[in-house]
Amino acid sequence: MFAPDVTHAVGNTPLVGMPSLSPEGYHLYLKLEGHNPTGSVKDRVAKYLIEHAESDGRLQPGTRVLEPTSGNTGIALAALCAPKGYKLTCVMPENTSEERRQLLALYGADIVFSPANEGSNGSVRVAREMAEGDPDVFMPFQYGNPANPLAHYETTGPEIIRDLPDLAAVVAGLGTGGTVTGVGRRLKEHNPDVRVFAAEPEYGDLVYGLRNIDEGFIPPVLDQSLLDGRLKVDSRDALAATRDLASHEGLFVGVSTGAAVAVALKVCTPRRLPEGSKVVVISPDGGWKYLSTGAYGAGDLDEIADQLQDTLWA
Amino acid sequence: MSIEVRVPTVLRKHTDGQKTVAAEGSTLRELVVDLERRNAGLGAALVGDDGSLHRFINVYVNDEDVRYLGGIETPLVDGDTVSILPAVAGG
Repeated sequence: MFAPDVTHAVGNTPLVGMPSLSPEGYHLYLKLEGHNPTGSVKDRVAKYLIEHAESDGRLQPGTRVLEPTSGNTGIALAALCAPKGYKLTCVMPENTSEERRQLLALYGADIVFSPANEGSNGSVRVAREMAEGDPDVFMPFQYGNPANPLAHYETTGPEIIRDLPDLAAVVAGLGTGGTVTGVGRRLKEHNPDVRVFAAEPEYGDLVYGLRNIDEGFIPPVLDQSLLDGRLKVDSRDALAATRDLASHEGLFVGVSTGAAVAVALKVCTPRRLPEGSKVVVISPDGGWKYLSTGAYGAGDLDEIADQLQDTLWA
Repeated sequence: MSIEVRVPTVLRKHTDGQKTVAAEGSTLRELVVDLERRNAGLGAALVGDDGSLHRFINVYVNDEDVRYLGGIETPLVDGDTVSILPAVAGG
């Protein structure tokens, strides 16, 4: 792969078989989005958010970009904004990993922290308050910007079809819903029988500290009608699968990848998918940004999971 | 016939702070009625006046979102776990 600049190095990620973890009669494959330039699937989204805003005039030199993010989108935006001369402020929950803060600082982005107990919903709230009434700020707003699912519709989906045209199902984690929506829509156009499953992270109590239920948030970009199932995965099961990926497949991935693989293992039953089915799992990122959480260290799995459950890993 | 119901912090004001409560019902709809009877306000928080699930609530039977099972009519069997999670985002 040759790229004249970093934006041309986004995408075209490997699709790697998981022969050891695939259940009898099924074939699992992992799409390694950690191979993108800043190490996550969000490079695709950030590229689309920035380029679409430039082409329709919402983003000009000197504009400050402001975005709520649990980390990966912020890092991806930061890498694109720095060379183009855009200033960037990320609003991020305080319970995110140390690596994310360091990377944002490295790229020159400013960080504003939102309360841990409001999760990503709190980042959305704070960013909206900051952007209100400030004409010099551009908020891409990945949760509501059609360029987010479009990135997956136009790039991730076609890559999967090119590499594995006879796939039966895809599994992806739920954050903004951009991946399941864009990939799901493209794959169902390719073959209406393709099943789309979403993996929903289940955290500890801290992350759900809303004051009332109406503070809940469903990202506008998520098209729930494309889903054939939505399964929750807690930190323990996500962590166990993440560690299995390293020890059985040699794949070093982030915790949300483990969550998606755990869901893939559950849907590989004749009730949902015929035997012989090929299932693609989207791996949003590698494990590098989570080393400081202790997720990969030695020790008792339950204790590590307990420590991890209040850290946002999706 | 007993179903374990896991309650998020935001709704524990209806359960005297209990993280899990027991209830009965052969469908989610019956369970919600029983939950309201045992924990005033809890059932009402889950289901609107029109009988459908609250928009910002995701209800899981064991691991699966009921919206992709039978919705409010999803059947329940003894030993099932029902989890209530508020809608939160990531990214």
